Amino acid sequence: MNGPPTAPDTRDADIERTRLPSVLAETWKTPVGFWGALVTVDHKIIGRRYIFTAFVFLAIGGVLAALMRIQLAQPEARLFGPDRYNQIFTMHGANMMFLFAVPVMEAVAVYLVPLMVGTRNIAFPRLNAFSYWIYLAGGVLLWTAFALDMGPDVGWFAYVPLSGPQYGAGKRADIWAQMITFTELSALAVAVELVVTIFKQRAPGMTLDRIPVFVWAMLVTSFLVIMAMPAIMIASTSLILDRLVGTHFFNPAEGGDALLWQHLFWFFGHPEVYIIFLPAAGMVSTMIEPFARRPAFGYLGLVMALIATGILAFGLWVHHMFVAGLPRLGDSFFTASSMAIAVPAGIQIFCWLATLWDGRPVFKTPLLFIIGFVVTFVIGGLTGVMVASVPFDTQVHDTYFVVAHFHYVLIGGAVFPLLGAVHYWFPKLTGRMMSERLGQWSFWLIIVGFNATFFPMHILGLEGMPRRIYTYQPDLPWHGLNLFISLSAVILIAGFLLFFINAIRSAHFGEVAPDNPWDAPTLEWASTSPPPSYNFAMIPVVSSLHPLWDDRETLPVAAGLRTDRRELVVTTLAGAEPQAREASPRNSIWPLWAAIATTIMLIWSIFSPWAVIWGSIPVAVALIGWFWPKGTPEDES
Amino acid sequence: MRERIVLGLGRLPLHGMGAASVTWWGTLAFMLIEGTGFALAIAVYLYLMNLATVWPINAPPPDLLPGTLMTLILEISLVPNILLSRWAEQQDLRKVRVGIVIMSILGIIPLIVRIFEFPALKVSWDSNAYGSVVWTLLGLHTTHIITDVVDTLVLAVLMFTRHGLNLRRFGDVQDNAMYWNFVVATWLPIYGCIYWLARL
Repeated sequence: MNGPPTAPDTRDADIERTRLPSVLAETWKTPVGFWGALVTVDHKIIGRRYIFTAFVFLAIGGVLAALMRIQLAQPEARLFGPDRYNQIFTMHGANMMFLFAVPVMEAVAVYLVPLMVGTRNIAFPRLNAFSYWIYLAGGVLLWTAFALDMGPDVGWFAYVPLSGPQYGAGKRADIWAQMITFTELSALAVAVELVVTIFKQRAPGMTLDRIPVFVWAMLVTSFLVIMAMPAIMIASTSLILDRLVGTHFFNPAEGGDALLWQHLFWFFGHPEVYIIFLPAAGMVSTMIEPFARRPAFGYLGLVMALIATGILAFGLWVHHMFVAGLPRLGDSFFTASSMAIAVPAGIQIFCWLATLWDGRPVFKTPLLFIIGFVVTFVIGGLTGVMVASVPFDTQVHDTYFVVAHFHYVLIGGAVFPLLGAVHYWFPKLTGRMMSERLGQWSFWLIIVGFNATFFPMHILGLEGMPRRIYTYQPDLPWHGLNLFISLSAVILIAGFLLFFINAIRSAHFGEVAPDNPWDAPTLEWASTSPPPSYNFAMIPVVSSLHPLWDDRETLPVAAGLRTDRRELVVTTLAGAEPQAREASPRNSIWPLWAAIATTIMLIWSIFSPWAVIWGSIPVAVALIGWFWPKGTPEDES
Repeated sequence: MRERIVLGLGRLPLHGMGAASVTWWGTLAFMLIEGTGFALAIAVYLYLMNLATVWPINAPPPDLLPGTLMTLILEISLVPNILLSRWAEQQDLRKVRVGIVIMSILGIIPLIVRIFEFPALKVSWDSNAYGSVVWTLLGLHTTHIITDVVDTLVLAVLMFTRHGLNLRRFGDVQDNAMYWNFVVATWLPIYGCIYWLARL
């Protein structure tokens, strides 16, 4: 990429249409090979990489879950001692929440949102590259620590005083806290990119009421990330300060407070649930259309439900602290708000049911996962309403009932739609279809295995089995159900294995996919499968919510963009009227340097406060290198 | 799919300013992130203050002079900062060069005052939770001043190079000025917290 492939200021309309793709491909290309992998800023390559990495973390987090089930299958098992078990359940939770669930949803959005809004790259593509490297570094830090027997062992919410300097000796809790910094930094970066992409890079004509529901979901989610994640960063930083330089935020003896930790954590932690769930809900609203063969019922209701959930998400956090002895009035308020959030969830469910009711459903794998999601999520929602009640919560707090509840909500509410989404968007990502037969098999194994694994946990919880115990005695009435659960987990694991085999096999040998295999109505299907580096040879012009259903043969487009530099259209926030032909940055190695410098600073700062001072110098140098103009055509204005 | 050209983009500008610029929106989004961070840090201050029987804990209230001086300097810096932003909008390179040098100086002076502000707190970060939270508030704000000063210095150098005369750079100067306004605006509640709530 040393020079423009065409003369300066060449426009797409000046070039023969058959030659246009090769000219754009030259301008937007990622170099082949290792160097190309390091410098790329293509949202599709980075998105695919993010998704792949997140699924690797899902798989190894799943291995930890399997190990826990082997341990708990019988009383007095001795596969692990309590110390290793503490690390395993902490790693499982932290890995699944911070390295899988949140990143995978943002990853899907990194890939899809620019395509769905009809633009050529995500806003701030270099920040996007940086965010991936930081995410990867955070994950590697956590797992390396675990491999060295210094994995965090304080639970995924790391309550003080257990994680504080007095009880949390060594560096285990610091590893947890700094992993938070890595993952939240990357999540915040992606949130900013998504907000700006959705606000400013929508195709001309894509007014607010023509935005696909998944894109709306990602907009609301990104705002949740922006408003919620600073809380956990403040919390984890204060924890590191308490542990490293002797501050007293959480030390009651010197005017600090242990409950302050819980407030800060859950002010982030509850919105976190919706940061995971809302993208999934958006996926369902978008995927359901081609399989119900009609527009989703109640677009306005669906979008408003997403926004309402986003707002209510910030008024619920205290329901995680019902047994902490807070004032009764506060408890009542948070019970009411916790029950209120069932309303927008219910609205969405009724809209989906109405869509299927009035449609002509085609029961392909993605729709099966949608139906599995509705059933499972409703069960999880109902137990959610149950634990919103203080007396009931007091009874089942810290028992397997809660474990059952949140796995129903998170796996049923987010992972099932995600698996459906993988089957649905796989042809766009890889250019090949996933096997329908294996897809159906994996669906049935997963849905049966999941329910058989997690439903009995409700009963175990009601029978008083606490969560996070590494073993139990034979005279307790729990071993029958525990054995059943562990055996059922084998079915669940088989389902996931089949899913992974299907994905890997299909990526290589699957049936070649056409551009729009599902006859779907949204813009990503207007591009090829997989899309070229520039996404669209000409930017689409949108005049409805279902552009590809209006006219299945022709796509209205806009002409006049330059081909000698990376150019896309910036449009107005509400009306999506064109404002500028903006440049999109070229490939760059600087995001990687910045990520390496940041990683060194953050890991070093676990051990010495001076790291923040000395470590920030290379970070600053890398950032200056990143932003210094290179005199490319993209810098013209 | 076949394409049908229905719209021409050829006459659009190569770069938009203000709300037409993606960088402007990105800066706004980062301000929202950091603003939330500041709000939460202040919430921590209020939470701890509410718990304590005596506030400040085992320390006299901070010395008013350096903090108030800081407030005055930051307030005064708003005038050249807003002028600089206006000059950038008018794409007046000569005035922008003058303005950004002034703003570089007005960014460094508060850092010098800040050196005297930490001892004026009259408590160490590891004395008690009160010390921890005031040091954190001040440290958090100092980080923001340093970030903006580095950004201003780099931009100042840039404006004297061949890259200066570019609409994009004028946009960068505007965004940087907006960020400085944010740094000043966030100082006011922190100043109120550290210096005046401790005197209630």
